[in-house]
Amino acid sequence: MALAFDEYGRPFIIIKEQEQKTRLRGLDAQKANISAGKAVARILRTSLGPKGMDKILQSADGDVTISNDGATILEQMDVGNQIAKLMVELSRSQDYEIGDGTTGVVVMAGALLEQSEKLLEHGIHPIRIAEGFEMASRIAVENLEHIAHKFEFDATNVEPLVQTCMTTLSSKIVNRCKHSLAEIAVKAVLAVADLERKDVNLDLIKVEGKVGGKLEDTELIYGIVVEKDMSHPQMPKRIENAKIAILTCPFEPPKPKTKHKVDIDTVEKFQTLRQQEQKYFDDMVQKCKDVGSTLVICQWGFDDEANHLLMHRNLPAVRWVGGVELELIAIATGGRIVPRFQELTPEKLGKAGLVREKSFGTTKDRMLYIEQCANSRAVTIFIRGGNKMIIEETKRSLHDALCVARNLIRNNSIVYGGGSAEISCSLAIEAAADGYPGVEQYAIRAFADALDSIPMALAENSGLQPIETLSAVKSQQIKENNPCCGIDCNDVGINDMREQNVFETLIGKQQQILLATQVVKMILKIDDVISPSDY
Amino acid sequence: MAIDKLLKDEATEEKGERARMSSFVGAMAIADVVKTTLGPKGMDKILQSAGRGQSVTVTNDGATILKSLHIDNPAAKVLIDISKVQDDEVGDGTTSVVVLAGELLREAEKLVAVKIHPMTIISGYRMAAECARDALLKKVMDNKEDAEKFKSDLMKIAMTTLSSKILSQDKEHFSKLAVEAVMRLKGSTNLEAIQIIKKAGGSLRDSFLDEGFILDKKIGIGQPKRIENANILIANTAMDTDKVKIYGARVRVDSMSRVAEIEGAEKEKMREKVQKIIAHGINCFVNRQLIYNFPEELFADAGIVAIEHADFDGIERLALVTGGEIASTFDNPESVKLGHCKLIEEIMIGEDKLIHFSGVEMGQACTIILRGASFHVLDEAERSLHDALCVLSQTVVDSRVLLGGGWPEMVMAKEVDELARKTPGKKSHAIEAFSRALQAIPTIIADNAGLDSAELIAQLRAEHHKEGSNAGIDVISGAVGDMEKLGISEAFKVKQAVLLSATEAAEMILRVDEIITCAPRRREDRM
Repeated sequence: MALAFDEYGRPFIIIKEQEQKTRLRGLDAQKANISAGKAVARILRTSLGPKGMDKILQSADGDVTISNDGATILEQMDVGNQIAKLMVELSRSQDYEIGDGTTGVVVMAGALLEQSEKLLEHGIHPIRIAEGFEMASRIAVENLEHIAHKFEFDATNVEPLVQTCMTTLSSKIVNRCKHSLAEIAVKAVLAVADLERKDVNLDLIKVEGKVGGKLEDTELIYGIVVEKDMSHPQMPKRIENAKIAILTCPFEPPKPKTKHKVDIDTVEKFQTLRQQEQKYFDDMVQKCKDVGSTLVICQWGFDDEANHLLMHRNLPAVRWVGGVELELIAIATGGRIVPRFQELTPEKLGKAGLVREKSFGTTKDRMLYIEQCANSRAVTIFIRGGNKMIIEETKRSLHDALCVARNLIRNNSIVYGGGSAEISCSLAIEAAADGYPGVEQYAIRAFADALDSIPMALAENSGLQPIETLSAVKSQQIKENNPCCGIDCNDVGINDMREQNVFETLIGKQQQILLATQVVKMILKIDDVISPSDY
Repeated sequence: MAIDKLLKDEATEEKGERARMSSFVGAMAIADVVKTTLGPKGMDKILQSAGRGQSVTVTNDGATILKSLHIDNPAAKVLIDISKVQDDEVGDGTTSVVVLAGELLREAEKLVAVKIHPMTIISGYRMAAECARDALLKKVMDNKEDAEKFKSDLMKIAMTTLSSKILSQDKEHFSKLAVEAVMRLKGSTNLEAIQIIKKAGGSLRDSFLDEGFILDKKIGIGQPKRIENANILIANTAMDTDKVKIYGARVRVDSMSRVAEIEGAEKEKMREKVQKIIAHGINCFVNRQLIYNFPEELFADAGIVAIEHADFDGIERLALVTGGEIASTFDNPESVKLGHCKLIEEIMIGEDKLIHFSGVEMGQACTIILRGASFHVLDEAERSLHDALCVLSQTVVDSRVLLGGGWPEMVMAKEVDELARKTPGKKSHAIEAFSRALQAIPTIIADNAGLDSAELIAQLRAEHHKEGSNAGIDVISGAVGDMEKLGISEAFKVKQAVLLSATEAAEMILRVDEIITCAPRRREDRM
C-alpha cells in the first residue's frame, strides 16, 4: 500500500480506509486488465462464424436464453469485473450502432489485448502501443475503403441485399431457412425504407413471435399484428374496408383532474345524475358512429355497459392496446390518435383494407391482423417456431439482419466476409509497418497479427487447421492480388468469397476495427486499479 | 492474477465438453422420466405438489408431468418447453416429442464421443428430418372427401390417442363422445365450445355427451324449475346496486329521512332496470354477475328464471349456443337479440343440481359430463379427453392421417437409412443415428408393454423392407400386426410436429458449448 509522508516524516492517509482496499498498480494492473478482457473474448471466440456454437445463459430468475449473438451473451452474463464490463459495453455499442458483428468486435479487442501483453513484456510503454494501434487502425480503415465494392440494387433487384443478410443469418440457429428469412428481412426494410433520404426507421418494423408451427411459417405481414382480441366475443371477426378510430381516452365518464365532489342530497339530484351518466355512454358511442368509423381501437378499457352499446350499434372495438402498438397502427392506417371524443373527425380515422382475428392452436390464443393499410409503411414480421427460445433467438437474428439491410441502404459499400477483409487489412498494415520509424512499428505489426486472429477463429470453429489454412489463404491473396480470398467455412471448396456470396457491410467492418481499437487503448492507459476489497 | 473473478459471486460457467455433458445428461434425464408413460401400456406418475395441501395428481400426460417438475438444468428446460408447445399446438404427442428429442441427443452423444463435430451432426440431422418428413408425406392418407371414411378415421385416431390413457377401458365409448363433439364444431378449432363438467360418482362409463348446454348453477328460489320455449336474455350487468360511475359523486345527507329517500330512489332504479329487462319478453335471465335478493324477488314475481353468477366462459358459451347476444344495457328491447331454446330444466347428476338447456338453436356447442370414482380419475380423464379433442379438432382442419403403432417411425427410419447410404462424408453417421433414434420409439413402446423389443423391432424392420407394408407393433397380442386392420391411426399433423420440434430442440441443445449461470436472485424468506 502506498503510504505518503509529509515534510515532518509523519505518515498520512491518502485513500480512505486504505487497508481495506486492494490496489494493483503498474504493469500488474495492466496485465490483470488484459487478462480479464481476454477472458471475455475467449468466451465469445467459439461463437464466431457459421459453425460457431451457442451458449446457454441462465438468468438470476432461472430463465434460459440460448444465443449465438455476442451482444446478447455478454448482456446476460453476470459480469463482475470492471474491465470485463468495458468489453460488454463495447459489444453493446456495436449492437446499437451497427446491429451486427457484435461477436467479431469483442474477439478483435481480445486479440489486440493479447498482442499488447507481449509488447508490454518487451518494455514498450503502453501509450506508445496505443498510438501504434491507432495508426494501424487508420491504415486498416483506409484499406477497407479501398477494397470495398459499391453494389447496386434497387427496389426490383433485391438479390444482393438478400445475399448480405444471408451472411449474417448463416451463423445463427435459423440458418436452416436463412434464405426465406433474409428475404423477409429485406422486404421489410425496403417497405419502410426512405430510399431518397437513404434512411430506414426500424421502429416501423414490428417483430412479433408466437410459439407453435415451424420456422418456415414465419411471414411478413404488410400491416400490424396485435396480440389482442375483440372486446366482445360476438363482435364480427372480420372487417373489410375498416375505418378505424384510434382513441386514447377511456369509454368512461370524464374524470376532471381538479378535485371535486358531486354531492347528492336529494332524490332529484340522484335521478339527474343517473340520466347524465347514461347520456355520457350514449354520446361517446354516437360520436364514434357519427364520424363513420367501423372499428374502434382504444388504449384503455371500457366497462360492460359501453361494451354492449358498441356491440349493439355494430361497432367492433379492441381495448387495452399498448401505446407503441397504437402508434404503429396510427402510422400504418394513416389515422390520427385522438385523445378526446370531441375531437373525433372523419379525417382522423385510419383506413385498412382488412382487419381480421385469427386463432392459433388448441388454446385460446388470438391475434388481430390489420392488413392492406392505407400507408403500407409499417410492417410486421410474424415468427413461428418450435419453442420459446427459438423464437427469441430468431427475433435477435432477424434484428441483426434488419440492421444489415438498413446499413446497406444507408451506404451500399460492401466488403467480402469469411475473414477475407481482415486478412487483406493485415497484409496492408504489415506492408505499411516498415515505413514507420520508432517503437510504434512493433505495435503496428502486432495489430496486423491481431487481425489475423479473426480468420483464425473462423477456421478453428469450422474444424479446419487454423494456421495452415490461414497461411494458405494469405499467400493466395498476395499471389493473386485478390482481396476476396477468405476462409472456406462451409466446406464448399472455394476460397473466393465473391463466388460464395459472403458479404459484410463496409461500415460494420470499419466500426468493428475502430471500436475495438478504442477500447483497447482505454484499457492500456489504466495503470492503477483501486477496488474496495471483499467484505 | 485477478481474473478468477470475471463473473460475479456464485455465477458459474461451464465450458466445452463439460457444458455439453451437462446438457446431454439433463435432457436425457427428462426423457427418461416420461419414457415409461409412452404407449398403450405406459405407466402413470404420481405428482405431489410442494405447495400447501400437497395436492396429488395422477397422470400419464407428458406435458402435465413435465409442467410440474422443478428443473434447474437449462437443457431440460428446453425439452419441457417443447412439450408445452406441442400441447398448445396439437394437444397430443407431448411425451413422444420429448422422448424423440432425448433419443436424438443420446445418439448425438455417442457421435460426439467419436469426435464428430456437433455442427456436422446438426446438418446430418437436418437432412434426415427433411427426408423423414417427405417419407411421411408420401404415405399419408387423406379421406376428407369421403365423409363416412373420414369419420371412421377420426374414430380410429381418437381410439389410438385414448388407448394410452386412463380411459383405455372405455375407449370406444369416449372416442364416440369425442368424435361427436368435434363434428359438431363443424371445422372450427374452438374447443371452448365443448364444455367438460366433472362430477364425482358413478363410473367412467356413465359419462355422456349432452347436445344441449349444461350450466353448473342453481335456479333462484321460488322461480319455475322448468320452462318450455324459453326466451333467454344473457347479460353482463350489475344486479346488486348499480354504482354511479361519475367520478367523485357521493351521497351526502343531513337527516335519516333523506337516507330513506335515497334508498327508495335506489330501489326504484333497480326496479326500473328489472322492468326494462322483463320488457324484453323473456322468461329466463342469465347474468354473469351477482343478482341480489331484491331483483331476484322481482324476477320471481314475474315468473322469470334468473340465474346469477354464471362465469365468463359459461356466458360466452351460452350466447354461442342459444344465439343470443350478451347485453349490458336494456333501453331498446327491440334490437337486443334474445337466445332461444326449447326447454330449460333443472336436472340432477349425482347429488348436484344443474341447469340443462336443451333444443338449442345452434348445435355447435355441447357438454360432456364426466363421471368417475374419484377426483383424480376425473382430472386425468379430462386431460385425456382434452388430448383427444385437440387432436381431432386439428385433424378436421388437416385431414391427413397416418397409421400408428410405430409404423410412421419405421417408415421414416427406412427412408432415412436409405439416405444415409447415399450421403458421402461424416454426415451419414449422423443420419444413421437419426434413424436409430426414430426406431427407439417403437422399441420403448414394446419395452413398456413388457415385450421382447429387440425381437419385435427386428421383425418389424424386416416387414417394412417390403414395399407398402402396414406393419406395426400390436401391443395387445404382443406381435407384429397389420395396423390398418387393427384400426390404429394417428394424425399427420401430430407426427410432423413431433418430428420437427424434436429435431429443432435437439439441434438447439447440440449447438451449445458453454453454459453461464447467473447467481440466483436472493429471495427474502416469505415463510
